[in-house]
Amino acid sequence: MTEIIRARNLVKRYDGFTAVDGIDFSVRKGECFGFLGPNGAGKTTTVRMISCVSPVTEGELAVDGVDVWREPRRIKSILGVVPQEDNLDPDLSVRQNLAVYARYFDMPRELADQRIDESLVLFQLVDKQNEPIAALSTGLKRRLTIARGLINQPKILVLDEPTTGLDPQARHMVWQKLRYLKEQGVTMLLCTHYMEEAAHLCDRLVIMHQGRILVEGSPAELVEEYVGREVAEVQASGRQRERILTDVASRTGLTVEEVEDIIYIHTRTPDGRAQMADLIRDSDKVVYRPANLEDVFLRLTGRGLIE
Amino acid sequence: MTIALRRLAIRLPDVSYRAYRVWQRNRDVYLRLWKAEAIWPLAEPLITLLALGVGLGGLVSRSELPGDQRYIEFIAPGILAVFPMWTAAAECGWGSFFRMENQRTYHAIIATPVSIEDVITGEILWGATRGLISSVYILAVTAAFGLLNSPLALLVPVAAYVSSFMFASVSLSYTSIARSISSLNYFFALFVTPQFWLGGVFFPLERLPEELQVASWFVPATHVVDIYRGLVEGNLNLGHLGDLAWIAVVGAVFYYLALVSMQRRLIQ
Repeated sequence: MTEIIRARNLVKRYDGFTAVDGIDFSVRKGECFGFLGPNGAGKTTTVRMISCVSPVTEGELAVDGVDVWREPRRIKSILGVVPQEDNLDPDLSVRQNLAVYARYFDMPRELADQRIDESLVLFQLVDKQNEPIAALSTGLKRRLTIARGLINQPKILVLDEPTTGLDPQARHMVWQKLRYLKEQGVTMLLCTHYMEEAAHLCDRLVIMHQGRILVEGSPAELVEEYVGREVAEVQASGRQRERILTDVASRTGLTVEEVEDIIYIHTRTPDGRAQMADLIRDSDKVVYRPANLEDVFLRLTGRGLIE
Repeated sequence: MTIALRRLAIRLPDVSYRAYRVWQRNRDVYLRLWKAEAIWPLAEPLITLLALGVGLGGLVSRSELPGDQRYIEFIAPGILAVFPMWTAAAECGWGSFFRMENQRTYHAIIATPVSIEDVITGEILWGATRGLISSVYILAVTAAFGLLNSPLALLVPVAAYVSSFMFASVSLSYTSIARSISSLNYFFALFVTPQFWLGGVFFPLERLPEELQVASWFVPATHVVDIYRGLVEGNLNLGHLGDLAWIAVVGAVFYYLALVSMQRRLIQ
């Protein structure tokens, strides 16, 4: 697969504050590449640089073989941007929002009309096409924002927190559309702090923290490598807690992490579940579950609240 | 050279024909709302001509005014000049600020091949267009009062476009540094309103104390009002070229300032 975005030692500084601190990554054509990280990790700054609306301080950043600084208009013409904030045009109807946006790409009117009809069908917005934006629910606005981002048939779709603030139904609807687009071969960049979303959609991802990339890999690889297969969450205190902690230390294949009153036990071995059960047999406050990206994320970025 | 510019984070203004796309966006919105938007430019000059022209004008003796005019004739060119000024300044003041900060429209547009400089240019051209539209409405009102004495008055919309470009540029320059929508009040209270009342529309400037007369020469509206008097009364002369040059220079300087300052604000 060929590389469509390439960043080398990419740095972004604002008045002494370093938002992105020398990162390297490449995105391949047709994949969904995720940027995960807590708020302030540098995800949005990175995609803003890719979208040519934030100048690069240092390093190299090329999109589709073109340096972002050199030809921003050309790069922007092959990108579809779905921002985190709602910036649909409230002065215009649903359909006009798409039509006016298509014009920014110099799309001929007939072609735009045809694409708008198609995307209204795809995003189930046909009945709403003449409504003002204020009449749309949050989920419908999201769908329209994604439809708008696709109007120029972009090579790369940039999604910044595409499902933040959506109810579960609306979120699943958005995911379904994004999976469909991926099947159509659209390269996607996804910034999110929803681990489930990343696990669901991303082929590869990086976890960012304080402007740096901590790890890179597929969701499954990262889970396997950093937390193993299964997790037991045990709520224990006093003697019981001490006993469990001492016992874990003596067994290979189990790792433990304490967070306030919960002990997280991770296992990498096939008999891990049995081993864990053996350890914590006398606790009734225990939950077993498969390890997930959230465990990796919290393990790498720490459990403290980051503001 | 390019490397050096990049290190300094300096980018030359990048204006293209795509400014027209931004103008088109504003036009489409206007066409949705045009009836409501037509009320001000019809009602305000009408009320002003009735209150000041007919009402107050009855108390003003002709001999006090240049050219032995009736008071309503004296204020008509100024009214044609300053109401479009308000329209253009408001469009690129409250209107642009609202689009930029509340609706995030600029952010949405610059994610496409349209540059921020295109956005700014399109906004100013639109502000100028709004001034022109206003002037056409006001021209109709003043014509209905029988106050247009020269065929040169047909050039009023052209003058309105040029002068509104200047006012729109000044206004957008201020908007580019405004922190909140309420801070625009400073601009409108201290810059636009004084020009409206003190720009030579309602009384001859010779009535002002001498220092203020000198100051008024630097005020853009004074030169705009001068040109309109020439057009409406049909006595254009070479002096008006100086007024035009003044307007062109102020317009160009503030257009450039708006470009640079908005680019700084939005491309970070």
